[in-house]
Amino acid sequence: MSNKYLIFLGCAVPYRVSSYEISARKVLQKLGVELVEMPEFNCCGLPLDPVSHETMLILAARNLALAEQQNLNILTLCPGCAGTLKKVNTILKKDKTLRGQINGHLKESALEFKGTAETKHILQVLMEDVGLEKIKKSVVKPLTMLEVAEHVGCHLLRPKDYIGFDDPEDPQTLKKLIEATGAKCLDYINETECCGAPSVGVSDKVALQLAQDKLIHVKMAGAQALITICPFCHVMFDTNELRIERMFSETYGIPILHYPQLLGLAMGMTPEELAFNELRVDTSRILKLLSEGIN
Amino acid sequence: MAATNKEPIKASEIDPTFKYELLRMPGGEKLLRCFQCGTCTSDCPVARFSDTYRPRTIIRMAQLGLKDRVLNSDTLWLCAACFTCTDRCPQGVEVASVIRLLRNLAAEKGIAPVVFKEQAACILDSGYAYKIPELRIKKRATQGLPPLPKGNPKNIRMVLKGVNFLGDIKKEGEQNEQ
Repeated sequence: MSNKYLIFLGCAVPYRVSSYEISARKVLQKLGVELVEMPEFNCCGLPLDPVSHETMLILAARNLALAEQQNLNILTLCPGCAGTLKKVNTILKKDKTLRGQINGHLKESALEFKGTAETKHILQVLMEDVGLEKIKKSVVKPLTMLEVAEHVGCHLLRPKDYIGFDDPEDPQTLKKLIEATGAKCLDYINETECCGAPSVGVSDKVALQLAQDKLIHVKMAGAQALITICPFCHVMFDTNELRIERMFSETYGIPILHYPQLLGLAMGMTPEELAFNELRVDTSRILKLLSEGIN
Repeated sequence: MAATNKEPIKASEIDPTFKYELLRMPGGEKLLRCFQCGTCTSDCPVARFSDTYRPRTIIRMAQLGLKDRVLNSDTLWLCAACFTCTDRCPQGVEVASVIRLLRNLAAEKGIAPVVFKEQAACILDSGYAYKIPELRIKKRATQGLPPLPKGNPKNIRMVLKGVNFLGDIKKEGEQNEQ
């Protein structure tokens, strides 16, 4: 039963990154990961942490308590949600006084945080529960003609004392999962830097400069696509790529794929099934490469 | 150079108790360990592209007790919360958490960018941090996706009863309805 999870969609995915959800569900199903829907939803709390830490703790704890009631662990698509739920779980398990305070709030909706539900991001489930071997075996069309770069983002790994997954200074999980599809994963400068998304709305200029900096280095490395595992990072690079190109009078033309889309292609699914039509940056060049390479 | 203004510091501006206030808050415990080495600023992705945002300066202002100055500083809101500073601080200061504490204190005084208030209002209304268009929710069926889990606004308001920041949002929401 270890491969059965409560899927926590978060806010950004249903709001505007459905291609991630569509491809993730298809891939997980094929790999035997069973997903159960959340009985009800509230935001993980992260967006409000800057203005009210207490609100964040309550919102996150409420979700954890709902999962505990279902007797299931949580799988998230968004690293922000995963990081928040993991962090709050750690904090409240350790700090009994704080737990008492938060449970005082949860009592209002007949819930209690006990600390029995774990949270994993999809990448962690793929690595730890499904395993590289099984993923490699599921590949029917190895993407050997493709050279890509990865952007793992911040919240899957940091702050390391609370998250405890992979190495934030030299993350390997996404690279290994990319290479399991047969594609080559290239290194580039500033690989572990932030995409800029959290600064949107406060200073769009700084946010877009951060994203641009990454695109410059990804292009310089000669990558044919950039692989992300976060809805916010994806919006920064895909939805905003044209805006960045216009703002800085440059062209990058780098397709941004969600990891499940890349894996799905290798598993023999079609671009249509994997919602490639929802991506903003043109992917025809890499798809042509694949169809020619695959024969 | 950094920070919001370069006005000379007046003794009357300094609140010597401010640092103790921060030390008692979760995440602020190690504030006084900072010896201003600058690892946080030199590794900060935002500082690379901002002329004003410098985490080291913010920490120093907090240590010195320049409460009003730091809480009113626009740059406080530029932190992307990537936690690179926290992970790399040689003294174990949770730099990003100290910045979060300062933001929380600013928000209690009503100083916060409007984007946070909008998101809070959305969460109280629907459970989601964004207003998800009806069209998107309906489209899910044709995309082969299960129905979107519903929020429980009534319950969310109940569990958040008594939280400072949200009191303001509710009041503002009520005003809008009038």
